[in-house]
Amino acid sequence: MNHSYPTEAQQGASLSSTLSNDGDLVLHMKGIHKHFAGVPALSDAELKIKAGEVHAIIGQNGAGKSTLIKVLNGAHKHDEGDIYFMGEEVSYASPHKAQMAGISTIFQEVNLIGYRSITENICLGHEPKRFGMVDWRKAHAHARETLARFGLELDVEQPLSTFNIAIQQLVAIARAVALDARIVIMDEPTSSLDEREKEVLFRVIKELKASGVAILYVSHHLDELFQICDEITVMRDGKTVGQRAIGDMTKLDMVAAMLGKDPEEIARGGATNFASTGRASDQVLLSVENLEGAGALKNVSFDLYKSEILGLAGLLGSGRSEVARAIFGLDSDLKKGEVFLEGEKMDFTDPMAAIEKGFGFCSEDRKEDGIIPQLSVRENLTLVLLPKISKYGLIDESKERQLVTDFIQRLGIKTASMEQPISQLSGGNQQKVLLARWLVTNPNILILDEPTRGIDVGAKGEIQSLIRRLADDGLTVLMISSEFEELVEGADRVIVLQDGHSIQALANDQLTENAIMKAIAQETRHPVA
Amino acid sequence: MNILSMMSNLSGMKRKRNTSKQAEGVLVALMLITLFASLRYDAFLSEYNIMTFLSYNSMFILIGLGMCFVIMTGGIDLSVGSVVALSSVVVAHASPYGIEVALPVGILVGVLAGAINAFVITKLKIVPFIATLAMMLGARGMALVLSDNQSVQVSWDSNFTQFGLGKMFDFIPWPIVAMLVAFVFCWILLEKFAFGRHVLSIGGNEEASKLMGLEVNKTLFGVYILSGALAGLSGVMLASGFGAGQPLEGLGWELSAIAAVVVGGTLLTGGLGSITSTLLGAILLGLIFNILNFENGLGTISFSAYWQSVIRGGFLLVVVVIQAKVINSKMRRTEF
Repeated sequence: MNHSYPTEAQQGASLSSTLSNDGDLVLHMKGIHKHFAGVPALSDAELKIKAGEVHAIIGQNGAGKSTLIKVLNGAHKHDEGDIYFMGEEVSYASPHKAQMAGISTIFQEVNLIGYRSITENICLGHEPKRFGMVDWRKAHAHARETLARFGLELDVEQPLSTFNIAIQQLVAIARAVALDARIVIMDEPTSSLDEREKEVLFRVIKELKASGVAILYVSHHLDELFQICDEITVMRDGKTVGQRAIGDMTKLDMVAAMLGKDPEEIARGGATNFASTGRASDQVLLSVENLEGAGALKNVSFDLYKSEILGLAGLLGSGRSEVARAIFGLDSDLKKGEVFLEGEKMDFTDPMAAIEKGFGFCSEDRKEDGIIPQLSVRENLTLVLLPKISKYGLIDESKERQLVTDFIQRLGIKTASMEQPISQLSGGNQQKVLLARWLVTNPNILILDEPTRGIDVGAKGEIQSLIRRLADDGLTVLMISSEFEELVEGADRVIVLQDGHSIQALANDQLTENAIMKAIAQETRHPVA
Repeated sequence: MNILSMMSNLSGMKRKRNTSKQAEGVLVALMLITLFASLRYDAFLSEYNIMTFLSYNSMFILIGLGMCFVIMTGGIDLSVGSVVALSSVVVAHASPYGIEVALPVGILVGVLAGAINAFVITKLKIVPFIATLAMMLGARGMALVLSDNQSVQVSWDSNFTQFGLGKMFDFIPWPIVAMLVAFVFCWILLEKFAFGRHVLSIGGNEEASKLMGLEVNKTLFGVYILSGALAGLSGVMLASGFGAGQPLEGLGWELSAIAAVVVGGTLLTGGLGSITSTLLGAILLGLIFNILNFENGLGTISFSAYWQSVIRGGFLLVVVVIQAKVINSKMRRTEF
């Protein structure tokens, strides 16, 4: 990983194109303009990709990355500009047509058919036939062969849904390869993968690259880019700000380019807005003892001190989220273990009981179980509080409005008005509304599962410093994050989980990214002291 | 402020951005059709026609309002038509005791049916479509059992038929009064009460609602009981207005109610909805019948009941297609 920031930031270094020869471009999009109801989403965007390169697009939310991709794959029609694909001018009417022409998109949410087998998912629409019938033997062999190229050996006759999301994603890529893709677009492909699965994905990407396929890679995780990308295109406010080889850039340069700021200024502030003070009060607020659940949760124990930020680190499937859900009363199939709040045994069987005791829980997946997309910012913000501001069920609207106005201001939520549907807000602002939803209930303990996932750099920093401020004001936070950097800089202490066991507590000088990784990688298990 | 924006404000207030457009659309269609009809048919705007029309359609509006709540949670209630029939039979038997007894009894029948629906849906975890389908068959059967497969004459000695045939202040028929009270009740329930917010939240994202500690099951009980109660009230109107408990009435009414809700722009996926639009949607659908009757009265063209159904189906389709187009264009705008 590349964390070494240059002491002399290359201020003013131009981000101009390093490409000299446009001849070997597999894709060239130039002068792309796109408006939505008069609002420009893309203005003069440009993208140049060579065959066999891994090309990243970076930018804050709303910079136009997704729109540019959607213009390329035919989901949107651009207003102006030209797209040249393998030397020919093209414009696709739908993602399906683009896929058939050789531009495949692997979406964040895998869009395959879960009930059907891997073979069917890979071969659908171009199955090998014999006498007009599908030749299953050939089809299975073909599927196996395709997957073997990525070093995967799977039972291709099993339904896709029986495999985890990482495998499903790889099958989606395999399908793209089977369709002879020249460009594969990957939008946040690692967002639901753990470290090991990420390695497999990167190996697959390298394999694709070697066979001359170009990969367009969108990710908020800048560290990843250094591992696999060759070229970077930076977008800001719908424009392409520049393109550079990744070797010429530091992480700091990237952040600066995305924000449109001076790298030096950011270097002074640190990469995240967290600043761990390393301290924790002596008062144990919550005590978790030998928690065991039906799923990934095996044996987890830890103490949560008053007004500290306690991080939970671990790979996907280590039981991180399960711990949070168990404490909050969401998984009633808890087999063993006890939770004490200030010495008093808690036995939550549903969230209502936990909320009454002053717990709050921002779940991992904003879209799936966070926002109510049809409701306004105001309505989303006060849903949990509602009983407290209603009399006989009748809502005190002036009080509601006043609270919402307060919180929009306090948290700096960017919204046209409190009546705007929450679905129209950016991810970062949605997350702030969800935080406000709990903060407005004045909780004692706030559990945050991946509070900054999928959020652009700017909003991420704001949320991180907000969490710190809240802890300074006395809130106790249990924070789960798959970004070790965030935990190291943001948490006062970190509990490391491995395969459902709490194996180590790290604090102060011991709390480094390396220490977390070492703990996760170690063979033997130690109970937390 | 023009009447259009006043009406749409009424429909939305705070959910303005979601539902005012749909209320406006229905209102425009309603006004155009009214204008057309009032120019073409002399008696269209007569007090008699307006009162008869609204009085008759009060039954459909009531079950439409209940259906709107159910649909906002993402569910469906197929049992309302049968519950109307069952309620009408039960209250016909109770009619000698007067409306003071029959009215609560009719509503209670609906409440019971709704509570059973809710129990099956929330506790036995059966999807609403199937649960209420079973109730649809069960309630219909019960109505036939209790009536011996014949219409049950109501008592004309008690004040029972006053409800269906009498008028408040000798002016407004009681069914219209009851319907307006129910409308205001439903509107306040949705817009001003935590209950309404919970209904929308559950329909919008049930998983998130559970995570927030909202009382999902309790809310669903409330919604299905409300739908049943309004169907029960509708059954009282039927028996009282037509002088008989009718076990075979209410066939397909649940579909008319769904149509009214859909024409009002409420999505079947839940999370969105408007009480005013549902009222307007129900009136709009009823108006088509009313106009076809007038057209038959003119004698130039004659539409049989079969053709009327075809025309109504076509009309429904046109409205829904237009709505889908509007919604799609809106989605495209917000999708960055």
